[in-house]
Amino acid sequence: MNQKQKKTLIRILITAILLAALHFVPAEGILRFVLYMIPYFIVGYDILIKAFKGIINRQPFDECLLMVIATIGAIALALYRSGDYVEAIAVMLFYQVGEWFQSYAVGKSRRSIADLMDIAPDYANVEAEDGSLEQVDPEDVEVGTVITVKPGEKVPIDGVVVEGRSSLNTSALTGESLPRDVAEDDPVISGSINLNGLLKIRTTKEFGDSTVTKILELIEDASSRKSKSENFITRFARVYTPIVVYAAIALALIPPVALLLMGRAPLWGDWIYRALTFLIISCPCALVISIPLSFFAGLGGASRQGVLVKGSNYMETLSQTRTIVFDKTGTLTKGTFRVTAVHPAQVSETELLHMAAHVERFSDHPIGISLRLAYPNEKDDCLVEDVEEIAGQGIRAKINGKLVCVGNTKMMDSIGAVWKNCHHPGTTIHVAIEGTYAGHIVISDTIKPHSRQAIDTLKKHGIRKTVMLTGDNAAVATQVGEELGLDEVRSELLPQNKVEEVERLLSEKKNEKDRLAFVGDGINDAPVLSRSDIGIAMGAMGSDAAIEAADVVLMDDDPYKIAVAIQISRKCLRIVKENIWFAIGIKVLVLLLGALGIANMWAAIFSDVGVCVLAVLNAIRCMHMDFPAPKD
Amino acid sequence: MKKTYKIDVDCANCAAKMEDATKNTPGVADATVNFMTLKMKVEFEDGADVASVMEDVKKNCKKVESDCEIFL
Repeated sequence: MNQKQKKTLIRILITAILLAALHFVPAEGILRFVLYMIPYFIVGYDILIKAFKGIINRQPFDECLLMVIATIGAIALALYRSGDYVEAIAVMLFYQVGEWFQSYAVGKSRRSIADLMDIAPDYANVEAEDGSLEQVDPEDVEVGTVITVKPGEKVPIDGVVVEGRSSLNTSALTGESLPRDVAEDDPVISGSINLNGLLKIRTTKEFGDSTVTKILELIEDASSRKSKSENFITRFARVYTPIVVYAAIALALIPPVALLLMGRAPLWGDWIYRALTFLIISCPCALVISIPLSFFAGLGGASRQGVLVKGSNYMETLSQTRTIVFDKTGTLTKGTFRVTAVHPAQVSETELLHMAAHVERFSDHPIGISLRLAYPNEKDDCLVEDVEEIAGQGIRAKINGKLVCVGNTKMMDSIGAVWKNCHHPGTTIHVAIEGTYAGHIVISDTIKPHSRQAIDTLKKHGIRKTVMLTGDNAAVATQVGEELGLDEVRSELLPQNKVEEVERLLSEKKNEKDRLAFVGDGINDAPVLSRSDIGIAMGAMGSDAAIEAADVVLMDDDPYKIAVAIQISRKCLRIVKENIWFAIGIKVLVLLLGALGIANMWAAIFSDVGVCVLAVLNAIRCMHMDFPAPKD
Repeated sequence: MKKTYKIDVDCANCAAKMEDATKNTPGVADATVNFMTLKMKVEFEDGADVASVMEDVKKNCKKVESDCEIFL
């Protein structure tokens, strides 16, 4: 609570106590009026001052002014009729309670979202000339400086470890709770927290270009990009207040005059009272606060899950997504090759892998690396010599004196080895020892562990069509498609073909409001990301290009986060709609009842303050969303 | 040219009113007021004198919402 809120709270309490006490004071007439004016001024003096300023600045629809007219009107009616001043004071009291609650709740969610994103580092430790550590502003650290990060501190700037090993907590960036181990030469990303060891890091970027700064900028800007719902509410608020105020004036004048003309009693008091209830309902605050607050809380809640949505408008689009187009490599599959099948002829399985791994000893081709990984004991004492790469065919080498050829069918043909075809999808590597065919090894990309669950969850949450686009060959694409249960698979596409495919899918949409999302790993995806209704980049931590091009950024490369993002957006938009209907609905209902004389000022103040409180509480739900973690 | 200012205002509707008032100030091309982050982004017209335009913006905002503050 800040100073202002404390002061208001004290005024509210004093007024409430005074009102309760006055109930037992048997004062009559002018004394009663004076006594009741004390709590009125205590609770409402600032509103009176603001209303006065509103008159001077010619702001007829100023809320304070309307509230003052309503309460003074009620007091005047009480003076003239019943002597019941409580109603007017209660209106003012509850108006203040509403304002106080709103300011408290908004301040609180503002802070908790700020805490959520409390990844901004305050300083960097730079070694001074005498060897002691000096804390400096991270903005002043030049690229290439060696900084020290102690256990418990945040990494302030992106860089590479030059000394030390430790575990890093990246949960603020990725939502991933497992710590990441780093050692010398590993890149580290700013915003992660050093858990145990002392790290010396050589910075590779300036503070302004570091991941943490980029992310913070992105989040700050996100709630400035307003959604359609927000714009609707702002426009609605602009016309709502004047309409209700004019309706109040009409209500105060037309029925009594009409009754008078019909020769009946005009009942001025009743109609003016009804008009005053209108003025109380005319404040649009519940609406105007709850919608942006819902989005703000939703954006905050999403970022806690490692999903950065770049604006409220994208949150809205995400919730309307019905088709999701995936890139294959790096998105649904790991993008790293692995041996998936070994089919030896004559030799044993291990021996086949053994020989192939030795031939690839010096290769840094992805295929070579995956072969070496499949035979972990590659660095044994076997003699590897005369390694020779034959372009477009493969590699051959002498292992312990025997000539081993590892390559494609062309290579086998050229040495006269009789090779067998393989039915497994992927890249087939053939091996021949001393000119005789020894078998083949199949290498393929592997599907990420959560891909299948991601697709299933998406389908459960109203995604009608899932499509995969890939540059890979048809056999591999079909297999991945079947394994994941995708609706459509398009293979052997060049980047420009991907754009054409997305355009075709966009034109096939059944419903005007349905949206199409494209998910890629941010590499070579920029044109498709921008062509689709909403672009989602994943595994974007540290990749500036992807953060720039996409509308939604998944900080780690887990495809399950796509499903999480969709669920968050759906829930957020549902809450936004609830708030719009609820707030407008109650207000319209109370306006009608008020016009008929059924709803009194108490109902009116509920429709203003009560609705505001409920809408704010509902909005805050957006921040606290938990999703079942994917099963491993 | 775009600039961001910190602001202080109590209610969301007042923030919306400030946004309108800022947009209607001469020299301002566009403006967004973000009530949640309490920040105001102002895009100035070419060749506008930022300092004097912001003085006008402040004056206009005070007119629609006496209780607001813009930290220049």
